Amino acid sequence: MATTTIAKALNAGLRRAMEADAKVILCGEDIGKLGGVFRITEGLQKDFGEERVMDSPLAESGIVGTAIGMALRGYRPVVEIQFDGFVYPAFDHIVSQVAKMRSRALGHVQLPMVIRIPVGGGIGAVEHHSESNEAYFAHTAGLRVVAISNPADAYWLIQEAIAADDPVVFYEPKRRYWDKGELDETHRGVPPMSQASVVRTGSDVTVACYGPMVKTCLQAAQAAAEEGTSLEVIDLRSLSPLDLDTVAASVERTGRLVTVHEASGFLGIGAEVAAQVQQRCFYSLEAPVIRVTGYDVPYPPSRIEEDFLPDLDRVLDAVDRSLTY
Amino acid sequence: MTPTAPRPATEGGPDMIQLLTPEGQRMHRREDQQYADIAAELSDEDLRGMYRDLVLIRRIDAEANALQRQGELGIWVSLLGQEAAQVGCGRALRPQDYAFPTYREHGVAWCRGVDPLNLLGLFRGVNHGGWDPNEKNFHLYTIVIGAQALHATGYAMGVNLDGAVATGDPERDTAVIAFFGDGATSQGDVNESFVFAAVHNAPVVFFCQNNQWAISEPNDRQTRIPLYQRARGFGFPGLRVDGNDVLASYAVSKAMLDRARDGQGPSFIEAFTYRMAAHTTSDDPSKYRVSAEVETWKLRDPILRFKAYLAHEGKADAAYFATIDAEADEMATYVRSGCLSMPDPPGTLMFDHVYAEQHAQLAAQRAEFVAYQAGFEGAH
Repeated sequence: MATTTIAKALNAGLRRAMEADAKVILCGEDIGKLGGVFRITEGLQKDFGEERVMDSPLAESGIVGTAIGMALRGYRPVVEIQFDGFVYPAFDHIVSQVAKMRSRALGHVQLPMVIRIPVGGGIGAVEHHSESNEAYFAHTAGLRVVAISNPADAYWLIQEAIAADDPVVFYEPKRRYWDKGELDETHRGVPPMSQASVVRTGSDVTVACYGPMVKTCLQAAQAAAEEGTSLEVIDLRSLSPLDLDTVAASVERTGRLVTVHEASGFLGIGAEVAAQVQQRCFYSLEAPVIRVTGYDVPYPPSRIEEDFLPDLDRVLDAVDRSLTY
Repeated sequence: MTPTAPRPATEGGPDMIQLLTPEGQRMHRREDQQYADIAAELSDEDLRGMYRDLVLIRRIDAEANALQRQGELGIWVSLLGQEAAQVGCGRALRPQDYAFPTYREHGVAWCRGVDPLNLLGLFRGVNHGGWDPNEKNFHLYTIVIGAQALHATGYAMGVNLDGAVATGDPERDTAVIAFFGDGATSQGDVNESFVFAAVHNAPVVFFCQNNQWAISEPNDRQTRIPLYQRARGFGFPGLRVDGNDVLASYAVSKAMLDRARDGQGPSFIEAFTYRMAAHTTSDDPSKYRVSAEVETWKLRDPILRFKAYLAHEGKADAAYFATIDAEADEMATYVRSGCLSMPDPPGTLMFDHVYAEQHAQLAAQRAEFVAYQAGFEGAH
């Protein structure tokens, strides 16, 4: 067991996946000598060579489109999209090509591919560098969508995503890259990629969140505990498929659910969780499901992004509203 | 530099590589000698085989068109007029090569050995393609214009990583070919694929069938220079070949495929041809093009031209042509009966291949679907 950051854990996970399977190759903008703008691939080109860690032309459609071809040839490409807001030029290849190809071929081809996307705001960036676009991809059948929140998941889930035979959109919480946590590289102590994880047990209100909001919700739970309210915090981890069993089991005990994400609320992951939970837990619910989300606006300029992003107080406010029913 | 305006849709210009006149006479342009040399290596049996491919694929296409008119296919995309470009190129491929088609490459599919009935499934609506691409190294049809050019380029990058180029082993050295049309050359994906292929020296041949019409839009809506000239700006050769001349199409394709297999990287072939039929069975070309243009291209029919060549060179006789016609009739019967007996798949098919490992939510949804359907059984 050692203390490390999400960024370093991802780097170590990528390294281990590349050591384990020579078919694993990395492609993306500036991922070679520079190690990526967030240094997630630091040192990998030096150790694995320019053939396996490729600096791509600056063309996202080309990056994902050629990765599909490499997957068809038997490789396991891991592509880095430099920032969340830059993924849209690749939308066709993600949504119409890689997601559907296995189904179109009636299972005759496998499309093992990981699309890594640093996601979310809170870093004071210019526009297009702070977005949360997971709902687009979670809406698309054929993709798996994963959002990590801590170093242990970063290390183990990146390897699991690479080993999967389905395409995985892998969201990394960019403002948490340098947050520390415990990682045991010798023993996998985390659940499978498709499962949610109860990261803090509690009895009064269930809080379902993922990615960068897990830390926020854990802080909210700590603050609530000091005031005598017990929050159960669930890190969804997999956004497609959604592990509703874990959420429903918790809501059946607490009777209350608050969902939290940075992405805009309208038709977001929280909406899907709310719809499914009210159907499954109708007789257990003591209050309506309350969503805490970014507003339904374009991501704002950084000087007012704190007003957009859910924070500890907004989570606690939602918890209080839930408890008034 | 003053841009060169595209020539009329009937004129290939002096750079167009040709080995046969529209009347089927062998041409001997000095600048095309290297391609004549390649064509000269074809045996009489090869030449007759080419003719057979041309006739059979045209007949398959006609039968599919008729099946659409009779309501058996939802739509059909005719290759009429483009047989020589496809057969010439298709015959230049080796078994280990890999082809990424659009949705009109029935002739290439035929040359790869893909059962024509596989092609019909998509258009009948029983699947979205469904064949195993790795069985004949022929990828699924791609309908989003130009997307496959990137898949081909990535595949070729994988070939490079495998070291399957420039080994000198003809069974191992591999080329990849991306098919697309004139309209697709405007797509970002096609241009990005040129960039990636050039940067990676990928063993990929970009084969553009310029059939003059992107549904209703002529070449001047896509370009202001001849398409083959674009390749130079990306750093690899671009050639224009008479796409209605099967010998020239074969020879140019073979030269560029050999080049790719030999580690010399990408190239671009513009096969100058004509879409004799509508874009699809849903289209009405009388709204946007003049019949005189169609009549001009009728005189360049790729099959009549090649048949005349074979006949007066003594490569094939009337008895041979009659045999092929009879085989085409049999093929039409095969296509028709195969289409009519193609079963509709069960509704559960839509759930079954979405993921390599089906997840619990989808499994539950499938079970709900099955239960819902079962609720109707025995109902009146």
